Amino acid sequence: MENKKVIDALTKAFPGKVTEVPDRLGDTIVRIEKDDLLIIMDFLKNRPCEFTMLLDLTCVDYLSSKGCFEMVYHLFSISSNKRIRIKSEVRKNELDIDSLSDLWKNANWLEREVFDMFGINFKGHPDMRRLFMYEGFEGYPLCKDYPLRKRQPKIPLRKITK
Amino acid sequence: MNRIQKEARKESLLINMGPSHPAMHGTIRIMLELDGEVVKNSEVEVGYLHRGFEKTCEHKTYFNLLPYTDRLNYVSPLINNLAYVMTMEKMLEIEAPERAQYIRVIMSEFSRISDHLTALAAMTMECGAFTVFLYYIQAREEIWNFIEQTTGARMTTSYIRIGGVRADLHPDFKGLMDKAIKVTRRVLKDVKGLLNKNKIWIDRTRDVAVANPEMAVNYGFTGPCLRASGVSYDVRKAHPYLVYDQLEFEVPLGDKGDNFDRYMVRMKEMEQSLKIIEQAVEKMPASSSRAGLMAKGIEPDEAIKASRTKKAEERVNLSPNLQGSEKDVRPDILVKGKKYTVPPKEDTYTNIEGLINHFKFFMSGHGIRPPKGDVYFSVEGGNGELGFYIVSDGTDKPYRLHLRAPCFHIVSALEEMIKGHYIADIIPTFGSTNMIGGELDR
Amino acid sequence: MGKIKPRAYYRETLNGGFIATKINYMLGWGRKYSLFHYPFITACCGMEYMSAACAHWDFDRFGVGMTTFSPRQADMLFVVGTISQKEAPVLKTVYEQMCEPNWVIACGACAVSGGIYDNYAVVQGIDKIIPVDVFIPGCPPRPETILNAIEKLQDKIQHQKQDWKWKIKK
Ligand code: SF4
Repeated sequence: MENKKVIDALTKAFPGKVTEVPDRLGDTIVRIEKDDLLIIMDFLKNRPCEFTMLLDLTCVDYLSSKGCFEMVYHLFSISSNKRIRIKSEVRKNELDIDSLSDLWKNANWLEREVFDMFGINFKGHPDMRRLFMYEGFEGYPLCKDYPLRKRQPKIPLRKITK
Repeated sequence: MNRIQKEARKESLLINMGPSHPAMHGTIRIMLELDGEVVKNSEVEVGYLHRGFEKTCEHKTYFNLLPYTDRLNYVSPLINNLAYVMTMEKMLEIEAPERAQYIRVIMSEFSRISDHLTALAAMTMECGAFTVFLYYIQAREEIWNFIEQTTGARMTTSYIRIGGVRADLHPDFKGLMDKAIKVTRRVLKDVKGLLNKNKIWIDRTRDVAVANPEMAVNYGFTGPCLRASGVSYDVRKAHPYLVYDQLEFEVPLGDKGDNFDRYMVRMKEMEQSLKIIEQAVEKMPASSSRAGLMAKGIEPDEAIKASRTKKAEERVNLSPNLQGSEKDVRPDILVKGKKYTVPPKEDTYTNIEGLINHFKFFMSGHGIRPPKGDVYFSVEGGNGELGFYIVSDGTDKPYRLHLRAPCFHIVSALEEMIKGHYIADIIPTFGSTNMIGGELDR
Repeated sequence: MGKIKPRAYYRETLNGGFIATKINYMLGWGRKYSLFHYPFITACCGMEYMSAACAHWDFDRFGVGMTTFSPRQADMLFVVGTISQKEAPVLKTVYEQMCEPNWVIACGACAVSGGIYDNYAVVQGIDKIIPVDVFIPGCPPRPETILNAIEKLQDKIQHQKQDWKWKIKK
C-alpha cells in the first residue's frame, strides 16, 4: 500500500521515465535512465517523499551478460520509515553518471569507492580519486574480469632465504 | 598529490596523523592543515585495511563465506553473522525456530555491549582515562567468556548460521551469563561515577564536534551517532526483526550531537541491552529435547557399529566442539529441511543418506542456491544500520555482495566534524565515531 | 705449538671466555625482561592483543608492559593484524626506524601468511617485508598464545649472541 504511494508520486511527476520492478520479497524497486538521475533524486529527497538519507550506493558488474554496469541506490525516509531501491544502467561505452554529492554528502566517499572498484566516472564530483586502493594500482578490482589474486605490490617484496 | 596539498594556504602548517598513530588504530590517516593548534582543513585517507572482502565473497559459496563476515566489525562479530544470515533468510524465505531467535537476540545484544565497551574504552584511554579502559575491558572479558562457552570462540565465532544457530546454549549458561551481566552493571556504575561529572572529561567532549540532526542525516549516520544527534531511528524499532517487537526497551537519545552525547548514548544503550537480555532469557522457550541437554549418549564408535544392523536412534556423544548440535536438539535451533543446513553429524557418520546429504551440501555447484534476484536487509549493528546487499544469479556463489558499513558514513563526516577544533579534539572525536577498520575498508 | 700471538690469544679467551659469557648472559637477561614494544595494530587480532595487555591476562607480568608509540624507543615490534599492500610501506618505515637490537613478532594468521585473505589486496605474510622472530598462529590467537610467544621470544633473546658495543672488533 505504502509502496504504491511513492511509486504513484514518482510516475505522476515523471511520466514514462520511471519503471517499477516487481519484487518477490516486497521491496520497492524502481528503474530509471541515468540521464534522469539527478532530477528524480532531487524530487525524492524533498517533499512529499522525504527520502532524506542515502543509505547506500553501489554498483554491480553485468558487463559479460548485459554489457553494462548497474548502479544501485538505497534511499531511506525517516519520516515515513520506508526504503526504496533505485537502479540505473551505465553502458559500457560511456562509463559516467551524475554525481549525487551535492544532494548527500556521504555520496562523496561512496562514489569514490565505486570509482575505485569499478572505474565509473561521476560527473560533477569534487574530488574523483581512488579511495581504498593506492595510486599506481592498475585495473578495477571488483570488476568480474579482474583476477582475485592479481597482486600489485606497492613496495618490492623481500626474497626469503633460508 | 593530495587534495589538501593543493588547497592549503602557503603559510599554514601541514601535518600528518597516522596511519601508524596510537589513536588512529593503525588504519586511517588524517592530513591536517593547521593554524597554530586549530584545524583549518583536513583530509582523511582510508583503505589501509582493505582486504578485498567483497571480491573474496564472490568466490566463496554462501555457506563458506560466513567466517569472513566475522571479521568485518570484529568487536561484534555475532551481529555481522546475524546481518548476513538474516539477509540470506530473507532471500530464501525461511525463518529460524523461535528458540533460535531468542538465542540470536541474546547473542547480538551481548555483542552490542562488547562493541560499545570497546569503543568507549578506546575513546577514554586515548583521552587519558586509563582506569576506565581497564574496567571496560574487564567487563568485555566476562562477556567474551560467556560467548566462548556457547560458541566455542571468543571473537571469530561463525555461530549464527543460515536457518538458525550452530549449537544450543550451554546447559548451564546461566552461571557465566549472570556473572557477565553483574560485572557489566558494576562497571557501568563505576564508570558513570568516574566520568559523567568529571570536569576534564566534560571539557574535552562537551560541544566538541557537534553533528546537528540535518548534518547527521545528510551524511547517513545511523546507530548511536545518529541518536546522539536527537534523531530517533533504530532498526530494531523501525523495522523489527527477530523477536525485538516482543521485548521492551527504550531508544536513548542525545540532544546536542557532540562527543559527550555519543558517549552517553552508548552508556545508556548498554543498560538497555542488559535489560533486553534479561527479558529474552525469561521469555525464551525451553528446549524441547526429550533427553535434556546434558543427557549422556552412546559413544560414537558404538553408534557406528550399531548402525550396521539398524538405523541408529539413540543420542550419540559428539566431540566437544559439536556439543549442542545433537540431532535431538536441532529442531529447536535450526530450520527443518536438508537444503539449507548441514545435516546432523550423527546421520553423516551412521547412514548413507546422511552422508549423501552432507556431500550434496558441500559439493561445489550444489549446496545453498537461492533464486535469482537481489535483496537488501539490515540489522542494528554496534555502529548503526548494518546492511547486506546480495545479488544472486541462481548459483551457489553470490554474484555480488555489498556491505553497508555504518562507520563508513560516519568516518566520511570526520573532516567536517573536526574543522575548527584543536588537534587534541580529534582524538575523542575519532574515538566516538568508533571506526572499525574491518568494516570501514572491508 | 707455534709462537703465541698475544692479541689473538687475548681475543679468543675473552670472546668465548668466562667474562664474555657472563656479560652475554647478563645482557640477555636484562634485555628479555625490559622489552619496550611498539604495537602495530591494524585489525581484529588487535582485540585479543588488547585483552592480553589488560588486567585479565596482563603481559606486564613478563616484562613487556611498556608500550611505546615511537619506533625509535622500541625493542620489539608487535605486528598484529592484516597487512595490506597499502599498509606495507608504512610497516617497513616503522621497522627501519627501530634501533638495534630489535625483534619482531607476527601475531595472527594474517600477519604470518595472509590468513584467510588470499587476494589482490593483502600481503601474504609480513616476512615478505621485514624479518620476523616469532610467528603466532591463530585467527585470532588466544591471549595465552600471545603470552606463550612472548616467553619464546624471551628464550631466544636469552640465548642469542648479544651484540654489545664495547666488545673487541674482529
Ligand atoms: S588472523 Fe584472523 S583475527 Fe587476526 S587479523 Fe587476520 S583475520 Fe583478523
